[in-house]
Amino acid sequence: MTAKKGDWVQIYFVALTPAERASHLPEDTKKVPLEVRIKGFLENECAEIGDNVTVKTFSGRTVSGNLVDILPSYKHNFGAPVQELLNMHENLWNILTEGEKNE
Amino acid sequence: MNNSYDEVMARKNEIMKKSIGVDYSDFELPGISFDYEKMMNEAGYSIEEIAKIQNETGVGNTPLVELKNINRLVKKLSKPGYGARIFIKDEEKNPSGSFKDRRASVSAYKAKELGYKGIIAATSGNYGAAVASQAAKKGLKSIIVQECYDSKGKGQPEIIEKARACEAYGSEVVQISVGPELFYYFLLLLEETGYFNASLYTPFGIAGVETLGWEIAHQTKELTGKFPDAVVSTHAGGGITTGTARGLKKAGASDTKVIGASVNLTGLHMASDKDFNKKSFTTGHTGFGIPFATFPDRSDVPRNAARVLRYMDKYVLVTQGEVFYVTEMLAAIEGMQRGPAGNTSLCAAFSLAQDMPEDSVIVVNETEYTGAGKLPSAQLTFAKENGIEIKTGDPVKEDLPGKVITIPSHPSLIKHIDYPVDELRKSYMKQLIKRNERTIFTSEEIKYLCDELNINKEKLENIISSVEV
Repeated sequence: MTAKKGDWVQIYFVALTPAERASHLPEDTKKVPLEVRIKGFLENECAEIGDNVTVKTFSGRTVSGNLVDILPSYKHNFGAPVQELLNMHENLWNILTEGEKNE
Repeated sequence: MNNSYDEVMARKNEIMKKSIGVDYSDFELPGISFDYEKMMNEAGYSIEEIAKIQNETGVGNTPLVELKNINRLVKKLSKPGYGARIFIKDEEKNPSGSFKDRRASVSAYKAKELGYKGIIAATSGNYGAAVASQAAKKGLKSIIVQECYDSKGKGQPEIIEKARACEAYGSEVVQISVGPELFYYFLLLLEETGYFNASLYTPFGIAGVETLGWEIAHQTKELTGKFPDAVVSTHAGGGITTGTARGLKKAGASDTKVIGASVNLTGLHMASDKDFNKKSFTTGHTGFGIPFATFPDRSDVPRNAARVLRYMDKYVLVTQGEVFYVTEMLAAIEGMQRGPAGNTSLCAAFSLAQDMPEDSVIVVNETEYTGAGKLPSAQLTFAKENGIEIKTGDPVKEDLPGKVITIPSHPSLIKHIDYPVDELRKSYMKQLIKRNERTIFTSEEIKYLCDELNINKEKLENIISSVEV
């Protein structure tokens, strides 16, 4: 997939390699780099995923990094129904109406 | 310029000074002390000024709602003569959907007044959306820096949702992987842009929350004829609890007990790449609550204006499963679908109310917006994907942060756990003694510490002798 100038894209770069990171980190965090992802409008004429590119962000900054996504979509959602929570609706109303006359 | 981690951190004070427009040295006193009230008075605004600033941007004056069906349930679960009435401050009604607009409105006002072109905030929470929203209102640029992804590139759904909200308001969102060096990158951005640091912990940010306590005091009096007996406040960084307590006092509600509540995430390391996505709550939990209570100045400003031990009368913990249950309950029997993190305090109030006489009034000081990524279903689905077991049972006995989330099988199983405030005070002193390598303090420092810990001199001396290493 090719992105062209002005397309809304996401870039990625490493801000600190594991060796450059702060001391006093947990062991698992120490082993991995500090990574940054930023979205903006592509400044290059055209680019492919993985290319080093420059974007202009909403705040007007220009930032460079590897192109990782073109028109990135939000993938978070409402989740699956949770049986353990669905059961409570009837339970709660049963407790609330306990001892009341049936209509 | 050298941008290594150590070099940037060494420039911290200089960068901070330029980006906040407050010279914190004005409030320093000899030794460990500083003049907190002077800082709040001189760097902040009066409550009347804050109310005006907030009115202009549609912030505040949210409804205080009695939770009548939940209160019927509380009565059914309480012994005779017990079961306080719970009221909730529907802060979701603010422009970006949470009480954080109160803080952001004042920060954005201050930034504009001081002539900054833009504002930056380091936050993975609702504050990002609030800053982005207020920046849009003021025509300021904004950058939100989030801790968002683990090293596999998996993002916390709730934080992704905040990013979406920020982008909707036109903010640049900088998404960083797990680690405290987020602060390093935040400093670099402040240096590069010359923008205003909309820290959560400035005097004006905290003063922005005082209207919340002020409104609660007056609205409760109007609805019930008296000030609240207690206000329950979700505790993370300490801002909402500090601001609410100060506002209550300013309104004259000085007998109202201030109760902090956090989700218990004991055992999960906040800077751990692997633990990051094992949390179903990104704020309002013990991972922030305890460190910020016991060492407030760990924040991104030289002196944190959020200092909960000055105000908190009681501190309680609840579990993730209980908060999800109460969140669903609020929708199911009150018709109010609100975000889970803000319901931490409601969950605690549901249990606390059962121990209070039936003529007492307990106020929950916030709700927050909800939706994709934030709903219990979204978070519990994500938890299952990350290997967390979800079960029904007794949360107090079976909850295990990072491993098991237990949804209560009956509302009577929702029970807060007391975390003694004295333990927090001891921890505060222990850390302070360790940092300063001394146990002898001047009379001025003793007075400061008594204010910090809200105790008398005798009790302070007892604490000092109990924690001496």
